[in-house]
This record gives sequence, structure tokens and C-alpha cells, in this order.
Amino acid sequence: MEINVSNLKVRFASPAGEVEVVKGVSFRLGEEKLGIVGESGSGKSLTARSILKLLPIQARVSADTLTFDGIDIQRADEAQMRQIRGKRAGLIMQDPKYSLNPVMSVGAQIAETWRAHRGGGRKESLEATLNLLDQVKIRDPRRVAAAYPTELSGGMGQRVMIAMMLAPDPEMLIADEPTSALDVSVQADILRLLEGLVAERGMALLLISHDLPLVSRFCDRVLVMYGGRVVEELKASELTQARHPYTRGLLECMPSLARPQARLKTLERSVAWSE
Amino acid sequence: MERMIEVENLNVRFGGFQAVKRVSFSVEKGEAFGLVGESGSGKSTVLRALAGLNGAWDGLVRINGRAEGVKRSKAFYRDVQMVFQDPYGSLHPRQTVDRALSEPLAIHGIKDADSRIARAMSEVALPMSVRYRYPHQLSGGQRQRVAIARALIAGPKILLLDEPTSALDVSIQAEVLNLLGDLRASLGLTYIMVGHNLAAVSHLCEQITVMQSGEIVESLSAADLRERRIETSYTRHLRNLSDDIEDPFANSAHFN
Amino acid sequence: METETLSGNRTMSNWRNWVLTDTPQSRRQATIGMIYRGWLQFSRNGLAMTGLIVLLALFGLAIFAPSLATHDPNAQDLAQRLAPPSAAHWFGTDQLGRDLYSRLLFGARITLGMAALIVAIVAPVGLLVGSVAGYAGGWTDRILMRITDVFLAFPKLVLALAFVAALKPGLTSVVLAIALTAWPPYARLARAETLVIREADFVSAIRLTGASATRIVLRHIMPLCISSVIVRVALDVSGIVLTAAGLGFLGMGAQAPSPEWGAMIASTRGFILQQWWVPAIPGIAIFVASFAFNLLGDGLRDVFDPKSE
Repeated sequence: MEINVSNLKVRFASPAGEVEVVKGVSFRLGEEKLGIVGESGSGKSLTARSILKLLPIQARVSADTLTFDGIDIQRADEAQMRQIRGKRAGLIMQDPKYSLNPVMSVGAQIAETWRAHRGGGRKESLEATLNLLDQVKIRDPRRVAAAYPTELSGGMGQRVMIAMMLAPDPEMLIADEPTSALDVSVQADILRLLEGLVAERGMALLLISHDLPLVSRFCDRVLVMYGGRVVEELKASELTQARHPYTRGLLECMPSLARPQARLKTLERSVAWSE
Repeated sequence: MERMIEVENLNVRFGGFQAVKRVSFSVEKGEAFGLVGESGSGKSTVLRALAGLNGAWDGLVRINGRAEGVKRSKAFYRDVQMVFQDPYGSLHPRQTVDRALSEPLAIHGIKDADSRIARAMSEVALPMSVRYRYPHQLSGGQRQRVAIARALIAGPKILLLDEPTSALDVSIQAEVLNLLGDLRASLGLTYIMVGHNLAAVSHLCEQITVMQSGEIVESLSAADLRERRIETSYTRHLRNLSDDIEDPFANSAHFN
Repeated sequence: METETLSGNRTMSNWRNWVLTDTPQSRRQATIGMIYRGWLQFSRNGLAMTGLIVLLALFGLAIFAPSLATHDPNAQDLAQRLAPPSAAHWFGTDQLGRDLYSRLLFGARITLGMAALIVAIVAPVGLLVGSVAGYAGGWTDRILMRITDVFLAFPKLVLALAFVAALKPGLTSVVLAIALTAWPPYARLARAETLVIREADFVSAIRLTGASATRIVLRHIMPLCISSVIVRVALDVSGIVLTAAGLGFLGMGAQAPSPEWGAMIASTRGFILQQWWVPAIPGIAIFVASFAFNLLGDGLRDVFDPKSE
């Protein structure tokens, strides 16, 4: 399974004419963990969502290549996309409270997802649900399965989301700022969990975040985006040797316990980076 | 060295729940004091109780030598100001920057508002062109600068900082942290800063106090924290986490 | 000639640039800019503009009724009774030969005047009670809300009947009855908004300057509740117009020979089958006024919706 993106452009109509928000992004994703890092407005979320055709209606997408395991996404119709979304590629977003149905118990939702993609009866899906909740390291699966989304903490909610996304046994997971709203130690727990699950199941992971150190810790490769373009692509282990001034600027403006500075370096933006 | 802030056995209730238990600390004049912990640790609750925003507390609070009760003295409101976390919520949506800055002056009865507003804006490096803009016409970093200018405009001695940079992009955070450092030096301010990012808080503060579940776990200098002269396992846990997922330069050791 | 138009256009675009600039030089400029931007957004909504224009026309007709009327609204001409619309009587005449068009114009004064008076009483009172209750909390809140509940429980019609029995039938009774029962929802609305606004950091910031509660409620909280109140008013007025007309229809409002729209329908409803225009025309007028307020309210809500900011 490989995702191949080449010269991806996303445009929006605006009163001032057409605005290009993603300006020619290219990358490949195999069975590995790829992180896309950027500030808000860099186009990272739109890039990831283009793969699953989950952009708003007003968006216009074009690319030289945009394939999921050989399937041409640009030409795929809704029926084909439905075969990919959920079943072969899952999406986890920032706030589970918005992604989960507040009036259904968590277990019922996971079971429903399981049945929708795998078939099978109630008993089977319930067992599978408890199994999945166990896999996301929830200590008391029965109690959590009976709970409603609003009764869960942020970290628990994300674990439930992950369990739900894993139900159809997908080949790939897109995580869009999955831990931004969480405490630091919960962030670490959730990402370690994702790391483990992805390795166990041989899945691909696309992690979108504004948090450069976090992404470099949990991914194999990192794409740095600015103003709709990829300004640098590097191995996570080589982050501190980044060369592009934007990436270096980001690294150097962060306060660090290991490298204290009297005054933090500030980022001097250059328009040239997004051209 | 006078003690600017003294807190003894502070207990704070949140509804029926004891959010802060017997917290004691003191801050010298001109010092920057950091309070760190995860959510639910009570750090923000301490700050808000100190600010007088939460009346359900007991214990001893002395500001600039004066003991303060639940109802604060007039001098308190001149001496102490606060900067909040969310740049989107800390400015009145229907008031221009000019109005937001002139309101504290009007309330304290301070004249020559015009020159004071201009000076406050230049202190926080806000261009005069934004003086009459509304908050939704400003970026997050600009809003936070307005919030800082508003806090400083009546000449306080103490600034309470509630996660002032947590909601900002990393590059803007650097600018705001630098600004706060500069202002402290030039205006001789005393800070209490609350945050969850150890590196950011240690950058600005000399003394760091770690809280968990409403209690103080450990109090150490920023230098000790950096050099890992840590006594409690919880603080060590937070330090390791910080290295692991917050600090790109600590990470390079991880892969070597 | 051409230079005149050119410079005229340039002045227009200069003015537009001045108003829409993103670096206003004074508070007035900033406020005007904000209002103008709101206006631009409102004017993009066709239906809302229709509502606004219709209402402005109705208010214009009401204000200038004496100059616009073709006849004395009370002048009877029994020879011309129940006449269909013609050049002499644009909307025809009623059962006493009175010109319907003129009666409609003077009736607009009564209906719109009543609506304006009711709103002028109800909105500020509700806003004040609600914001104070929401900000103060505790016993103040409880007492004010119980008072609100009491007034909310009264049905308008029954209250109007009670007033009519106590005083005499007339516009005062109608205005009192509607005003006393219409203010509670505004109090509730203002209180609900205040409860949310109260928790915002900017309120904490202003509390930290030592501002008095009065100042905070009046200058910081109430201005934020005003948008919802205005939207609610515009939508409510359509109902108030209908209620006032209904009370007039029941004989509790303006008495004969007053050309109040509801009363006009009541006194002429027997003619609906043959001279249908006699009761129908005031009915259409009520509908038009009510509907126009509705459209206006919808348009205002779209402008004031915080999501669009």
C-alpha cells in the first residue's frame, strides 16, 4: 500500500479571485510514519484530507498524481471513496467530543462501525468492541463501552476514537492534531499507543501537527510546510541538522531546558518561502 | 529584600471540591516565580485566587506587605494585574484597542490617557496603526500584546501570567516571552507565571514550583531543574516528558 | 459635466476607503467602519432588504399619513358605502362609506406606534433585569427570575381582558397587557447571555481593575447582549403586531371609529363574501407588516451571528 502525491494544489474561490492554499505538494507514504508540521494556515490539514477527498465543497483539487494503493483519487467516485474511507484509511481528529455521537454509548458506536465494515451480528461486534478497547489500553473496557462520550476525559475519548478507527482493520491512519487539546503526559501516552498499534498492524501513519518536537519524536520522516509549500523534508532523527531557514528558525525560537538562551531567537519570515 | 508576595496555607475550593490544599510560597520583589503542573494540578486556581477572582479561599495572602482579604483593597487593583491564556477571550469583542486601554485609566482616575495609551502601545511594540482596531482584526500575538499593555497601563508592580503563551504559535511565543523578559527588567516587575511547558516557564522564571492534585510537590531553581538536581519522582517524570516531546535539542540524544 | 461626475465618484470611493480602512485613526472612524461593514453584510441578503424597505415604507406612510391620505379617515359617505377600489377611493370604502386607504394609513400609525411603544418599554426592561440577574447571581438572581416567571405565566388575552375590565377598553389596555407579558423572554435571553459572558477572561480583566459591578454590567456586559435582543425584538414585533390586531379584533383595543387594523377587520368581517376587500385589506396590511419584521429579524440575526465575525 503506497500513497503517491505529486504536485497537489488546492484552491478556494474568494472575493479577490482564486486563492491557492496548497501550492504543489509532493510526497510518498509507505508503511511508515510520516509527519507534516506547519503553523495554522500552512495547508497541512488540507493536504492530508485531499487524500481521502474530505475537503469542503468550495475547494478545488488538482494534482499530477494522487493515488491510494494505485487507485486514482481524483477520478474515484463516491462509491469508490467510501470503500477507502474508514475501511482502508481512518481519520482521527482533534476533539473526540465532536467526532462521537453524544447520544449513543461509546460501545454501541464502535460496534456499529465494526458491523458496517465487517458484517456479523451483535454478539460478535460486542466482543470485538471489548477487544478493541483493550487494545487501546483501556483498563475497564466494559465500563467504558457503556459510557457516553461526554463522560470521558480527553485522553480516554481519543483512545475510543482510535479503537473505532481500527475496527475495520485499515491500512492507514491519518491523525490530524490528535493530541493538541491534551495534557503533556496524556499526549505522550496516546502517541506511544498509536506508535505501538501502527507497528503491530503494519500500518502507515500520517501525523499532522503544529508541534515540531512532538512529530519528530513519533515519526520516521517529517515534512515541514509553510504557506502551502513543503519547505523541507527530512528524517526525524536528523531534525536538529535541518537546513531550511524556516525549520531552523522554528527550532531555534523554542525555549529549551537542554540549551537555555538569555533571549529567544525570533523567526524572521520571508515571503520567498511560500513562492 | 522585601517580600512582594507571601502566601501561607492557601486553600481554595471549587464548588464542593478542594482544588488547592495548604499551598505556601513567597516571591521577592523583582523575582519571576513559576508554577508548573498538569491540568487539574491547581496552578491556575492558585493564580486566580491570588488575583481575587475566586472568593472561596482561606489562608494568608500578603501583597506588598498588606494582608488582603476576600474583598481586595483599592491599592491591590493598582499593584496587581493579570494576563490570561486565551488571546481570543481576553479582549472585549466590541471594544477597540484604544477603548480597552483607556478603561483601566478611567477606572483608576488617571488623566492624560492619550499619552499613556501611546506609551503602553510602544512598550509592547504595537504599531499605532492598530490603535482603533477591534480584536477580530488583530492576530493572536497582537491580541496578547494588547492584553499585556492593558495590564501594564496603570503601572502595576506585580503581573500574574496565566499560561500567556500556550495558545500562541511557537514563533509568536518566542516574541512574547522576550517581551515579558524585557518588561520585567525595564519596569522592575514581579512575576508569577503559570504554565505546563517547563522550558517556557524556566526561560522566564528563576524559581519553579511544581504542583500536583492541588498540592506543592517540589520547589527548585530553574538552574537545578536544568541540571537535573531534582528530588521528587514526579518532577523527574515531568522533566523527562519535557525532554521527550517538548524539546527538540534534548531529542538528539534520543536517537544517537 | 463629466469632471463633476468623475470627482463625485472619486469622493465616493474616498469615503468608502476611509470607512473600510483597516487602520482607523479615531474611535468614531472605527465605529462607523464596523457599522458600515455590518450594513454591507445585511444588504447582501435580498429578503432582509425587502423587509427593511417595506418597513421603511410603512413607517413613512404612517408618519406622513395626514399629507398622504386622500380623505378624512372618519368622514362618512353613506351613498358610497362598500364601493370597490376606484380612482376616487383607491382601496374602496367600508360599510359607512369611509375611505379605506386613508383609514389604513391612519391605522398604520396606531399599529406601528403601539408596536414601537411596547418595544421601547419591553426591551430595555428585560435587558436590564436579565443582565443584573445573570451577573449578580445568588438571591438577586433567584428573586428576579421568580418575578420573571410570574409575568411569563400570564396569558396576554386574559391579562388584556382584566385590564379592560379594570380600566376601560382602549390602546392603553392593549399596550399594558402586551408589555407586561412580553418582557420576560428578554430577561431570560439577557440572563442566559450574561451567564456565558460573565465567565470570559475580558470580564475577569475588568474586574481586576476594581471596576464596580454596575460599571461592568452597564458598560461591558449589556452592550454584548444588545445584538441578541435586537434580533429578538425584530422577530417578536411581528407577533406583537398580530397580538395587538387580535386584541383590537376582540374589541379590547382602540374603539370605533378609530381605524385600528384589527378593529377594522372585526367590524367588517360580515362582508367577507361579497365585498371581500373591506375586511381583507387591513388583514393584508397586518400580514405585510408582520412578515416584513420577520424578514428584517432574520437578516439582522445573520449579521449579528458571532460565527460570521
